[in-house]
Amino acid sequence: MGMTATQKILAAHAGRGAVTAGELLTMPVDLVLGNDITAPVAIREMARAGCDSVFDRGKIALVLDHFTPNKDIAAARQCSAVRAFARRHAIEHFYDVGAMGVEHTLLPEKGLAAPGEVIIGADSHTCTYGALGAFSTGVGSTDMAAGMATGRAWFKVPAAIRIELAGALVRPLCGKDVVLYLIGLLGVDGARYLSLEFGGPGVASLSMDDRFTVANMAIECGAKNGLFPVDDTTRAYLAGRAARRWTAYTADEDAVYERTVTIDLGALTPLVACPHLPSRVRPASELSHVSVSQVVIGSCTNGRLEDMRAAAEILRGRRVCDGVRCLVIPASQEVYLRSLREGLLEVFVEAGAAVSTPTCGPCLGGHMGILDEGEVCVSTTNRNFVGRMGHVTSEIYLAGPSVAAASAVAGHIAAP
Amino acid sequence: MGIFVYGDNVDTDVIIPARYLARSDPESLAAHCMEDIDADFAGKVAPGDIVVAGQNFGCGSSREHAPLALRACRVSCVIAGSFARIFYRNAINIGLPILECPEAVAGISPGDEVTADIATGRIENRTTGRVFAARPLPPFVRGIIDAGGLLPWIARTGGGLGTPSPGGADAAGGGAI
Repeated sequence: MGMTATQKILAAHAGRGAVTAGELLTMPVDLVLGNDITAPVAIREMARAGCDSVFDRGKIALVLDHFTPNKDIAAARQCSAVRAFARRHAIEHFYDVGAMGVEHTLLPEKGLAAPGEVIIGADSHTCTYGALGAFSTGVGSTDMAAGMATGRAWFKVPAAIRIELAGALVRPLCGKDVVLYLIGLLGVDGARYLSLEFGGPGVASLSMDDRFTVANMAIECGAKNGLFPVDDTTRAYLAGRAARRWTAYTADEDAVYERTVTIDLGALTPLVACPHLPSRVRPASELSHVSVSQVVIGSCTNGRLEDMRAAAEILRGRRVCDGVRCLVIPASQEVYLRSLREGLLEVFVEAGAAVSTPTCGPCLGGHMGILDEGEVCVSTTNRNFVGRMGHVTSEIYLAGPSVAAASAVAGHIAAP
Repeated sequence: MGIFVYGDNVDTDVIIPARYLARSDPESLAAHCMEDIDADFAGKVAPGDIVVAGQNFGCGSSREHAPLALRACRVSCVIAGSFARIFYRNAINIGLPILECPEAVAGISPGDEVTADIATGRIENRTTGRVFAARPLPPFVRGIIDAGGLLPWIARTGGGLGTPSPGGADAAGGGAI
């Protein structure tokens, strides 16, 4: 029986010729990731277990991105703990304020994810690197601790859903519209424990940034990972970033899928996920009755250069509507600098938007844009759960950067 | 045992909101557990109580603070129709007892008296007299829970992460990780 691409990556790492769905395996990992929320718990658990060494200081990434720049003393203390750990173990890939970005934007930029690799991260959106053909998945702090100590992790081999992309994506549509459509189709647990394996002629029409957005939100339908094939777009992105040798895996012709879902990219319209689940998807054009108090453009989902360009295209020469607070958060120093050089930040400031240094901040209700009672936010982030961005009665509508920017100008949800 | 009954898609943001994640000590996590879905939970929950929920319990963020908060409240077990993947493995890795049993969830109402046996997966609703059998965990996973979590298990098995029996009982892979 043939294997999916995910199964082939897992088999190769486990030193097995073949694996089947449902099997439990342990295997070496190529990278272990943690942030300022999850790493402190992992560090504490390592200490409690009496472990004071890491398996490979070059295969651990620590990124202080969630409550940074430090939002309060407790957050500062957590960052201090991670900083001290990174120094003690001479962790190579440690990113502090000034160098850091939102982890899932930063790691690919730094060449820390490549096709065929196995990556675990104590952050649910670690699945982002599937855009590059890596098997990457979110785990908890204990898995991170075990990974840092032993260099290994345990997995159940997942079955898969094949996502066949037909047609071609046309701007201003973007990866967010594709993945919101998919989550609307599958539901928030429609891919629970499964891989999403993307393929088909439509893949070529997705930019690298589109693919990062799509793979990033695989978790929002419960998936273990979301995997894209490696093509010229992938290779162009990796050139100059990941210099080491890597292997691209493709599914066998006779690979078995639980089901195949086909999406006609040409038939999509700008979409919005309504409160309080990412699966409550409706066309943006049907939601003009929803008034907006805040707009957030950023995050590991949509804080990349193309997202900044898409937002700037809408905001250029326009003004953010009175009564709306528009926050733009380039997700890494590289995105920030390139946005600066392209004049995008000037566009945002002139439009009346606030531009921030990279941080996860408002996405998880950490800081930098917390919502009050009854406030409504259109956000390019990934979750619209109850209380996610602030008060339990506040509401989040998820959308791509063009819809978010158009809504900031209109004062209500608007299609670009 | 007291029970707390919730619906589908209870996410980790409501189990422990991010505004409390600048701390990870058990006391502060316990004080705010379930706050955004059930403001009374932390005040009412007693050692040994059971949380019962529908499908996809623990979806969303990977924060291990969520099962840690439930454990800090001394919840004896979470019974759900299904668990989101990361919460499921986090619960195993920290030794929080969980049982996947949609039939039991459908057969339990608020106020019922419920007991659960983690070792056998036997769930009894003493109010209605009905007995349910949760899906058994694979031996590899049960070994981690029996050791008290992943790190104690690693220490017990010689400091490395061993290998489950290929093609053996673990190949059946009950539950989902």
